[in-house]
Amino acid sequence: MSACLDIRGLSAVLPNGQRVLRSVSLTVQPGEVRALVGESGAGKTMIGKAVLGVLPKSVRIVEGEMLIEGEDLGRLDAKARRTLIGARTALIPQDPLTALNPSRRIGAQMTDRLVRILGWSGERADTRIRQLLDEVQIRDPERVLKSYPHELSGGMRQRVLIAAAFAAEPRLIVADEPTTALDVTVQKQILRLIAQLQRDHGTAILFVTHDLGVVAKISQKVSVLYAGKVVEEAETTQLFDAPQHPYTRALIAATPRYTDPYASLKPVDEAVLAGLSAEIAAADQDWRPGHG
Amino acid sequence: MDDARISRGGLSPRLWLAGGWLLIALLAAIFAPLVAPQDPLAQDLMLERLPPFWLDGAEPGYWLGTDSLGRDLLSRLIFGGRIAFIVAFAAATSACLLGSALGLIAGYFGGWADRIISRVVDVWMAFPPVLFAILLVAVLGTGLSSVILAIAIIDWTRFCRVIRAEAMSQARMDYVESARIAGYGRIGIMLREVLPNVLPSVVALLSLEMGIAVIVEAILSFVNLSISTDDPTWGSIIAEGRLSIHQAWWVLVFPLITLILTVLSFSQFGEALKARFDPVLR
Ligand SMILES: Nc1ncnc2c1ncn2[C@@H]1O[C@H](COP(=O)(O)OP(=O)(O)O)[C@@H](O)[C@H]1O
Ligand SMILES: [Mg+2]
Repeated sequence: MSACLDIRGLSAVLPNGQRVLRSVSLTVQPGEVRALVGESGAGKTMIGKAVLGVLPKSVRIVEGEMLIEGEDLGRLDAKARRTLIGARTALIPQDPLTALNPSRRIGAQMTDRLVRILGWSGERADTRIRQLLDEVQIRDPERVLKSYPHELSGGMRQRVLIAAAFAAEPRLIVADEPTTALDVTVQKQILRLIAQLQRDHGTAILFVTHDLGVVAKISQKVSVLYAGKVVEEAETTQLFDAPQHPYTRALIAATPRYTDPYASLKPVDEAVLAGLSAEIAAADQDWRPGHG
Repeated sequence: MDDARISRGGLSPRLWLAGGWLLIALLAAIFAPLVAPQDPLAQDLMLERLPPFWLDGAEPGYWLGTDSLGRDLLSRLIFGGRIAFIVAFAAATSACLLGSALGLIAGYFGGWADRIISRVVDVWMAFPPVLFAILLVAVLGTGLSSVILAIAIIDWTRFCRVIRAEAMSQARMDYVESARIAGYGRIGIMLREVLPNVLPSVVALLSLEMGIAVIVEAILSFVNLSISTDDPTWGSIIAEGRLSIHQAWWVLVFPLITLILTVLSFSQFGEALKARFDPVLR
């Protein structure tokens, strides 16, 4: 069986030639949660955007392949790629406020996609949305469906987005720091909900986070990203038991109690970072697209 | 659209006052032949320069007095409102459709479309608008449709600039990205996701532009470049009033008040509507 998501040697550059992704390889097997962890600016969001086909115009992919369920995105024309991505993936975004259209009602936004993109009947879409709202434990779906985004709390909005992401039964969900913008008290509930729906629906998730505590809770496998480079990948339990790369060890050391997802990160040990930066700078020296 | 937005909450006093004046002026203009106390064109030298009703020498039936040809001022203002409103609606709507469409395309698509449209806007705005209008009417010939066309041709840039900027900031929003991930086409996203969010601004600008069109039409009438000189327009009444300011101040003052009230009401009405249209401000 082919992987749900297979990224092979993906490199991307900015217009000034600076590399934002450095030969990134990573797979997400069907039904698996793969965490992608790294500090802010490491390129986690870039990887998610690359998979979903929404990289900023300034970022150019210079090498590598991305396959969704065995289909190479690079070999499809733009329209077929959009269709494939639209049908098989979904995003749970970081900021649930800006991810919802402020001038359209929640209900219209949620059913719209099922009706227009997947061609469902309005009735079927409505039933489906209500079912999903129930799964994310929204008790008054009537009110929520009629609301505008700003009328809901951050936690409610994120529930809505989780419901929307699962509604079309995608194979792969990219969750980009889905709890970061939320109050600490709701973070735990939202995390639990995502884990619950993930198990129930068997959806594979690429779970982007800067928080090792979250990694420990939700994922089976982890990739550790630093400056656009995957420095280590492992089963989650292994990563914590026996981290191989110095950066991973430093990252774990910087998380006071990694089993507590709400403890904040301390700065990573500077000596480790200096070493890593030197290593990457050296690699950049003799890097050419296609030989990376 | 499924998002009916004008149903909630109380009306602000601003909306009431501005809307009230516009409604009265509009109804009076529409039903001018029924409402106007006199024939606006009927001259009577026996009745020249009658003062408004509260002054000595006023005649009943000539509430705001008469001009130097003995024509009833109120009736002329009411009939003048017809042209003012026709120009306001037709010119502002045309400018709005053209400018908003181009602004939406420039702001949302960016790239070449934006560069070309923005360039044209820059060139356009380099002309002083009133001079531009006079020039255009001189070329197009006088008459109602040339005035409307001239205003639309000049003022679409107002819409274009504002809507471009708004569409541009909307295009960067995450919900636009989510729509792209879901598989919506670019045009679909522009119309379904971006347009509703710039609509409040479009409405406010549209109303403001109606006021501006009223002024431009008055200016063109004032310099005798608008409609045929027989039909009363606010601008032509003001022009006549200016000549007899020392003998009959009311012929100048009442049309000015009418004009100012109407223009202010349009802009206030637009702002109030915008606030009600915007789901976040509401
Ligand atoms: N629109 C953009 N254009 C160019 N560079 C960007 C853009 N967005 C982010 N970057 C750069 O790309 C790198 C990776 O960013 P990002 O993927 O957002 O990091 P993360 O999600 O891990 O915090 C950063 O160095 C950032 O400065
Ligand atoms: Mg990010």
